[in-house]
Amino acid sequence: MSATGIGAAVRRKEDHRFITGKGHYTDDVNRPGQCHAYFLRSPHARARIKSVDSKAAAAMPGVLAVLTGSELAADKVGNLICGWMITSKDGSQMKMAPHPALAHGSANHVGDAVAVILAETLAQAKDAAEKVNVDYQVLPAVADPARAQREDAPQIHEVAARNTIYQWHLGDAKAVEAAFQAARHVTRLDIINNRLVPNAIEPRAAIGEYDAGSDSLTLWNTSQNPHVARLVISAFVGIAPENRLRVIAPDVGGGFGSKIFIYPEEVVCLWAARRIGRPVKWVAERSEAFLADAHGRDHVTHAEMAFDGDGKITGLRVKTVANLGAYMSTFASSIPTYLYATLLSGQYDIPAIYCEVDAVYTNTVPVDAYRGAGRPEATFVIERLVEVGARELGLDPADLRKKNFIKNFPHQTPVIMNYDAGDYLASLKKALELADYDGFGKRKRESGRNGKLRGIGLSTYIEACGIAPSQAVGSLGCGVGLWESAEARVNPTGSVEILTGCHQHGQGHETTFAQVVSERLGIPLDNVSIVHGDTDKVQFGMGTYGSRSGAVGISALVKALDKVEAKAKKVAAQMLEAAEGDIVFRDGKFTVAGTDKSAAWGEVALNAYIAHKFAGQELEPGLKESAFYDPTNFTFPAGCHVCEIEVDPQTGESEIVAWTAVDDFGTVINPMIVEGQVHGGIAQGVGQALLEHAVYDKDGQLVTGSLMDYCMPRAQDLPTLKVDMTTTKSPSNPLGIKGCGEAGAIAAPVAVINAITHAIGTEQLEMPATAQAVWQALQKANNTRKAA
Amino acid sequence: MSAVALTVNGKAVTADVDPRTLLVQFLRENLRLTGTHVGCDTSQCGACVVHVDGKAVKSCTAFVWQLEGANVLTIEGLADPNGPLHPMQEAFREHHGLQCGYCTPGMIMTAVDMVNRKGHDLDDPTIRHELEGNLCRCTGYHNIVKAIAAGAKAMEKGHAHKT
Amino acid sequence: MYAFTQHRPTTVRQAASLLGKQEEAKLLAGGHTLIPTMKLRLAGPKHLVDLSKVEGLTGIEMKGRSLVIGAMTPHVEVATSAVVKENIPALAELAGKIGDPAVRHRGTIGGSIANNDPNADYPAGVLGLGATIITNKRRIPADEFFKGLFETALEGDEIITKVQFPKVNKAAYVKFPNPASRYALVGVFVSKRGSDIRVAVTGAGANGVFRVTAFEEALKKRFGPKSLEGMTVPADGMASDIHGSAEYRAHLIGVLARRAVAAAVG
Repeated sequence: MSATGIGAAVRRKEDHRFITGKGHYTDDVNRPGQCHAYFLRSPHARARIKSVDSKAAAAMPGVLAVLTGSELAADKVGNLICGWMITSKDGSQMKMAPHPALAHGSANHVGDAVAVILAETLAQAKDAAEKVNVDYQVLPAVADPARAQREDAPQIHEVAARNTIYQWHLGDAKAVEAAFQAARHVTRLDIINNRLVPNAIEPRAAIGEYDAGSDSLTLWNTSQNPHVARLVISAFVGIAPENRLRVIAPDVGGGFGSKIFIYPEEVVCLWAARRIGRPVKWVAERSEAFLADAHGRDHVTHAEMAFDGDGKITGLRVKTVANLGAYMSTFASSIPTYLYATLLSGQYDIPAIYCEVDAVYTNTVPVDAYRGAGRPEATFVIERLVEVGARELGLDPADLRKKNFIKNFPHQTPVIMNYDAGDYLASLKKALELADYDGFGKRKRESGRNGKLRGIGLSTYIEACGIAPSQAVGSLGCGVGLWESAEARVNPTGSVEILTGCHQHGQGHETTFAQVVSERLGIPLDNVSIVHGDTDKVQFGMGTYGSRSGAVGISALVKALDKVEAKAKKVAAQMLEAAEGDIVFRDGKFTVAGTDKSAAWGEVALNAYIAHKFAGQELEPGLKESAFYDPTNFTFPAGCHVCEIEVDPQTGESEIVAWTAVDDFGTVINPMIVEGQVHGGIAQGVGQALLEHAVYDKDGQLVTGSLMDYCMPRAQDLPTLKVDMTTTKSPSNPLGIKGCGEAGAIAAPVAVINAITHAIGTEQLEMPATAQAVWQALQKANNTRKAA
Repeated sequence: MSAVALTVNGKAVTADVDPRTLLVQFLRENLRLTGTHVGCDTSQCGACVVHVDGKAVKSCTAFVWQLEGANVLTIEGLADPNGPLHPMQEAFREHHGLQCGYCTPGMIMTAVDMVNRKGHDLDDPTIRHELEGNLCRCTGYHNIVKAIAAGAKAMEKGHAHKT
Repeated sequence: MYAFTQHRPTTVRQAASLLGKQEEAKLLAGGHTLIPTMKLRLAGPKHLVDLSKVEGLTGIEMKGRSLVIGAMTPHVEVATSAVVKENIPALAELAGKIGDPAVRHRGTIGGSIANNDPNADYPAGVLGLGATIITNKRRIPADEFFKGLFETALEGDEIITKVQFPKVNKAAYVKFPNPASRYALVGVFVSKRGSDIRVAVTGAGANGVFRVTAFEEALKKRFGPKSLEGMTVPADGMASDIHGSAEYRAHLIGVLARRAVAAAVG
């Protein structure tokens, strides 16, 4: 391992600009002549828009235009789309309702954009917004997914009877039924996976600019995948052809999924910029983000696990209602299906699994991928069942897991996935050691002496990353391939620019991608620059989400570097007057095998461009190669997290006193960065388990509409984290990378809940386990005990 | 409009502003010092923390005219542009105390203020408690806490810094 | 934010006169409640009368047996003042629990009390210590000052100038923060000054800060946590929201009161 190569904890190249205040985020972009957009949003969860009178508003000082869904429709701006087709079990296609960028005819959630006001200043736009007179006919609404399919629930969209988007299933219902018939023990749970708001600290923003000279548009936006944004805005929304639309996602302040999607505001900024001939800037305020950014999770599930007499799992049956909100967001349909049910086998050898998922419309903000996306929900279901099952059977939860672990690879699960590598026993054993699992009893007694209840909870999770093999996702309904591209441009002086279709918004690609190049070409990190986030620079790419940049993006990079090396060898062969096959490239030097004749990397790069040593017709001048990499399989990061918690029974407060994570991410490029990803994921998972909840009232008003009511984890809510690793390499990509971005958020919630329920001795506890919720669970359990 | 005169990062600045102008808007829009960020509208996230007369302040919750004559220090002024980084900046880099970088300027300004008030020997619970007004969604705070403890110690060693 | 005109008086008299003369005028102290409210357009005063230039509104001193704190004194000064720590340490403790460090650099005692947010910390300290609110017009005992949610005894052109706290034998404040906002979900301030026992609760009451006379009576017999053993307050009259039901808040009052008394007796 070199000091800057694969496996080195290199300090990040990008940090200098961030710690000196020189980052360049979308809100830092200002275009000459720009005006400001303010979106007037529906205060009602469901209403018919009878009319919009904007005359008074248009006459206000500084106002340039007030635009509504009528103008949008007149200009034939297309609807936003969901790009993954799901087929119901009856063979029918999912019911996608129209999603215009500005509501037209009806508003379907609080925050649905009804009009946009463009003015010289934001204050003027807001003043004018108060003068827009929208005549709403308020209609009954439904916000609760468990109510959405009831006969008495209002139907939100014409296309979807009973608000049902699809009724999908996966697995073998008959085999599962037989397993339950033969079961010695069945564990049953009702689970609500709480609705969350991603809340990247940088709010979303967009600037649209029109250049009349070239009849082209530019969009600066806070995107995790600018090329996909350009594709959708061109091909489906129809704002401009791809060759005349440039999307730039500069520094982006966190995404966690919420910045994958194509949103109304960016469409409107582009459309409006062309309409009024001025750049249009919009920056979300935090309270606005609560009503305009896609939310995450929001499942209602009943799950059952069958065991035989030896504690072996023989079957799993899951029924989930997934809330997709008022409209289907870009990838919404795939989250509770192919990213959820396919992971229900967990780390276990389960012979029969059957899962049914009903996706429903409600009068709430659209729900789509949020860190982990489907996999945290799956992990929560299976790891709760295993933990509760062990308690019911009187077995140690660690032992029950060991008994059921998959031990031979590859392993075909009953729910599509083919696990290619892993060692679940190794990560469990290491985690239990580091957590001093055996010493828990002593610590519990000590807590007891201080009036506290202590619990320990495990989570042995699995996820599918490396999203994704194009053929596989295509056969399951995905509208795009999920390969990645890379281009390596070698300059005559030997420095290198790497263009990647991935996008960094905290992951440190400018460092890790450069590490791979540094190791491969034997050049210093400073001689490598990573270019991303601009559709005019990078030809195409699928962006960053689903822990894919390492397994897919870096694999594309490796493939491009293979081609660079091959070409450079040809150039070196000419320089060194040797046969191409005799050229060996090592440590930045080309050598003729068995001789002391050599050429340095920089010399070869220069010779490739001056081309004096070879005929340009036989060997083209230049050194620039590109590659597209399409994975052959998903990757399967897995691991074991152990949470230890102390509960104050008087107030219900929980304090996480220790956290141990042992993860298997395959090959690690930069352990410092990987550990940072685990820390952040755990914090989001702890947030879900203890603090965060997007609450709607029965009328569809978002009760937790600001940070005053929606509780984000703070430093004090988390302990010092013990993070370690075990390694089995992924056989599915050249470097053996699995991916690490989502693991923490997937593993953590259920570890917390398993720990608290262990401490308080009742399983009747939902997320978030706030102090009040835990106190109430304790009260209820006490009352039940007294009654019995 | 109202005239304001104050010192920002050691330079005297004057402007005629709408009375509604918050300090953060003045910094970002008038002075184009875009290192100070806005992450919320309820004075909770701390992305906008700067120092006013040596004290950490949320620049989203003060009108610039209230700060007539004040001395404001932002992330851009923490270290001499031609000199070494401030020890706290260096500690955030060394300990990977940032990911997306958006909360980072506010975190660093809060951390320096913390050291100014609480000294150089900061334990884990103190740092976590003092970070009550700063939200980070990326790091899980683990490395921020480590960075601040190390940065506090480094500040003691007499590195050149302004606050 | 709606447009407004700002005023920067240098004397209390000028400030009061502006407040009396101008329609829809509001005082601006630390601004940590008012400015966010204005940003969200939930308040739109036409005139803002900034108190930061007014002379004589800051400072902390002992006057005989009383601690006197100027209305514009920021929380950080109270939290770190040697005078406060020596004479009423519980008050320093309370001030150190408000908001966060940056908020404490700007937020003021006068602003907090005049706003009388039902979840604010200072009202518990002011009522729990039996303080006197001194204005440009008169002296108002704490028991007569707080009048319900965001309502006080202050008149339209009345300005708090100082708050006077009697030195007590024992006192403590225990806060259970709302996890999201960090305001008090429930905060209990207890104090003992001779036979005068006070138990003041913020955050929990549907009508703002209040005293728990039943607890006070119990503590008069013996000032110790055991005196409150098993005691609760009725859930009737408690606030209820997603963060805490009336029952939970009522329950917490008992728990926190016992902890506060235990802390006060050391």
